[in-house]
Amino acid sequence: MNTLAAGNIKGASVVIVGGGVTGLSAGWWLAREGIDVLVLEAGMIGWGASGRNGGGCSHHHSPLFMEEQRLWPMMDELLGYPTEFCRERIRIALDEHQFRLYRRALENGAHHGLRSDVLDAKQVRELVPLAGDNVHAGYFYHFGGHANPHRTLQAYAWAMEDHGARILQHTPVTGFVTQGGRVSAVKTSSGDFACDHLVIAAGPHTGVLAAQLGIDVPLAAARAEMIVTEPLPQMPLGGVDGNGLYGRQTLRGNLAYGGGPHEWIGLDDVPKVRPHSTPLQCSIAARLAALLPKAAHAKVIRSWAGYIENTPDGRPVIDRPDAQGNVTVATLSSVGFGLSPASGHAIRDLVVDGRCAFADLSSLSLSRFAHLEPNWRELQGWLPLPLRAAAPELEAA
Amino acid sequence: MQTPFYDPASVAGKAPPVDESTDLLIVGAGPAGIAAALEAAGRGIGVTLVDENPVPLETMGEDVPLHFGARMGAAAGNANAMLEAMLEARPELGDALEAGIDVKLGTAVWGLFPHGPASAWMDTHVAGLADSSHTWLMSFKRVIVASGRRDMGLAFDGWQRPGVMGASAAWRLAALYGALDARRAVLIGSDTDALNVGVELMTRGVQIVAVIEQSDAILGDAALASQLEAGGARMLTRHVVRHAHGDAYGVTSVEAASLDAGASARFDCDTVLLGIAALPAIELLEAAGCATAFDAARGGHVVSVDAMQRTSLPFAYAAGDCAGVWAAKSRDEAIAREEGRRAARAALDASSVADLAQVVQPEAPEHDIARSRVEWVRASVLGAAGEPFVCQCEEVTAREILDVRPPRYLDWHPADPAHDTRGVAGLARSGPPNPDAVKRLTRACMGPCQGRRCREQVAALVAIGAGCALPQIPLATFRAPVRPLALRQLADVAEASSTAAHWDSWFGMASQWVPFWRVDPLYRAGTRRVGEPVASE
Repeated sequence: MNTLAAGNIKGASVVIVGGGVTGLSAGWWLAREGIDVLVLEAGMIGWGASGRNGGGCSHHHSPLFMEEQRLWPMMDELLGYPTEFCRERIRIALDEHQFRLYRRALENGAHHGLRSDVLDAKQVRELVPLAGDNVHAGYFYHFGGHANPHRTLQAYAWAMEDHGARILQHTPVTGFVTQGGRVSAVKTSSGDFACDHLVIAAGPHTGVLAAQLGIDVPLAAARAEMIVTEPLPQMPLGGVDGNGLYGRQTLRGNLAYGGGPHEWIGLDDVPKVRPHSTPLQCSIAARLAALLPKAAHAKVIRSWAGYIENTPDGRPVIDRPDAQGNVTVATLSSVGFGLSPASGHAIRDLVVDGRCAFADLSSLSLSRFAHLEPNWRELQGWLPLPLRAAAPELEAA
Repeated sequence: MQTPFYDPASVAGKAPPVDESTDLLIVGAGPAGIAAALEAAGRGIGVTLVDENPVPLETMGEDVPLHFGARMGAAAGNANAMLEAMLEARPELGDALEAGIDVKLGTAVWGLFPHGPASAWMDTHVAGLADSSHTWLMSFKRVIVASGRRDMGLAFDGWQRPGVMGASAAWRLAALYGALDARRAVLIGSDTDALNVGVELMTRGVQIVAVIEQSDAILGDAALASQLEAGGARMLTRHVVRHAHGDAYGVTSVEAASLDAGASARFDCDTVLLGIAALPAIELLEAAGCATAFDAARGGHVVSVDAMQRTSLPFAYAAGDCAGVWAAKSRDEAIAREEGRRAARAALDASSVADLAQVVQPEAPEHDIARSRVEWVRASVLGAAGEPFVCQCEEVTAREILDVRPPRYLDWHPADPAHDTRGVAGLARSGPPNPDAVKRLTRACMGPCQGRRCREQVAALVAIGAGCALPQIPLATFRAPVRPLALRQLADVAEASSTAAHWDSWFGMASQWVPFWRVDPLYRAGTRRVGEPVASE
């Protein structure tokens, strides 16, 4: 409980619901301009999808891409705390099929005037000491990169606090007070917090919260898994993935990778059931051992799972819909970490200026779902799997 | 009813083939596990009893599963000799084999994966198993976990030296394998569990030269203390080990210092036994989602069980030390055996009711274990002269943990003194600070020993930093695999052919990756692009 901590706070100019990477970045962008910000987090900051991802910063398909690329190299300096950002990425294809798939990044990069090199197997092995004889070919993208999600998240939190912003953890939002078409306060288990503007960036809970304000944000949640190995000698470039995996070698030397099938779950399960890893970690391990055969001896020391929200088309929503005059909603739809410097900036623009100055956010607006079928989850098969009947009694003789 | 359409990029229909199945899986072949197996035997159900012992020498060298401190004797390198020693030490294992129980020794259970909400793709409960040559999955209907105990670590200058080891680890080597390579030992800690190990080792020829206790009195059983004293041990209260000196082969002496005056004492020894706290080994059950609580009478964080040893998971039971460590139980195996039998009866018949008069409950703790652990960390770790690494794997000191300093491999120095990480208390803001957050930021507990040697010290430091009592600090979560396993070992587990046939690096949605300059202004589920493989970014 946080009554003591919450007791002194009556509200803020901007209240942000959700202490994930998107909400914290938005809070930092606002706070650094002197705006009074309060972040309300139901659990712990970064405990959702923000803390369970590969750390990639290379989203060349996104309207936020150029801002993502501009900001990442500056983030340590801007925040004042380390993010472990490293430039550039290599993607390894173990067959022709993967090689064709991974070409898209080269083409999208080229659209923005960014360079990529095609690597033959020998070049891949020279650049990636842990790669093996099974390499087909690869790409060296001279853009993007990767960072440490946990460290970046805390850097946003520390940096926004440096600017006077406040964060309350363990403070679930239960509802809103509206007045004249605007949200005037946020209700929580620790009392009401007045606001001039509201940002909802609450991951899988965004849809349920926005629905209370008449804003429809179609979302479903899934569980995904990653594994991490013991530290290995540092490769020249940590941002190496491929073979159906995403991830990186961390600056400590651990291999942190995920990939493969996800499990759609009920939105109700998100707060109730701790996300568990499953034997899928064996399949991830097999693909990592194939991607980096010289690391096959490395010990896996942890796996983890997390819940991740997605919109029906998998693209973000960053929108200030007309339903309420002072509400901005944001979900990055399973691709939020790397884009966070730019998504926070975009949210800042919507809150302060009503429009985004640096990017065209029209493809991220809710209006694209105007004709979405009500049964879209069934149509896409995004359904929780049935539970088996209760375990039978053991048949004792 | 018609089967709904399931996203082909999801786990639906991709459950891996499970080669082996059992009705009742029992993890741990100590007194509780064997008793559970014998109770369940002969009733027409399949019973599988698994124990990781004998543990390969290489694994013990990594301080897995216990803090062995490289004090494994020569016999520990001979797998057959270890197996023979183990069968001799636990003759009931022979009874279990005769009773038709499937006994798998040298086999670690590295994960329990329940079928349930949000993890429903495997349609049974599954355990991950590994021996020296294979890794595989086994489905089960019920599981009894009797995974024993482990030791709390405690840093002081020189504690990384070979010869500094857990008291339970020493006991395991001596009693189970007859392979403890120790002659003269200093025992740190004086509760009954520690003294008991000291006396048992003494009867096996280890000279206990001193017992060091930070509190102002010996905490445990007076008769055991007298036995140690009569055997030549000096009993030092209000003392800690300040320094373990040594050479390439490990500890050669320790220097103990008084907490009150400058007085110090030096002891020649080859081994330092960490007996600060014997802890329930709950990692397997906690990682599977069992409810836990800090229970001072049961050794700290422990799996919550009812009188029939039922956990919060309807198919899982805990027995023996992992359901609670207390002095009387440590000295009388009958208590653990009875817990094992009760767990088996509950597993066999969900309606079984405990005869409460027969259920042995722990006595009131002989001292305030939470305070004692914090005081040990304060006196030994914070009081150390040379800033020893609390987390040996990731080389993190107590000061770095208290300050929540970014790890030293980043060589980070704030550009502006205003950029202050604000310490453990600053992370809390509301509610007690969570060790999992401290782990992620400092890397303490994140190394190859999986936090075995430092997690309790980190929790105590978080309590100190936040100014709250140890039981208020949440338990840092455990994760599968609870034993380190090589990528190639995990890769040994078979997968469904459909897994390989449709493996996407992310959600497998074509629309997610359409560049923004080409997206359609309207999206409909019925006309979405499907069928092509998709790479993520």
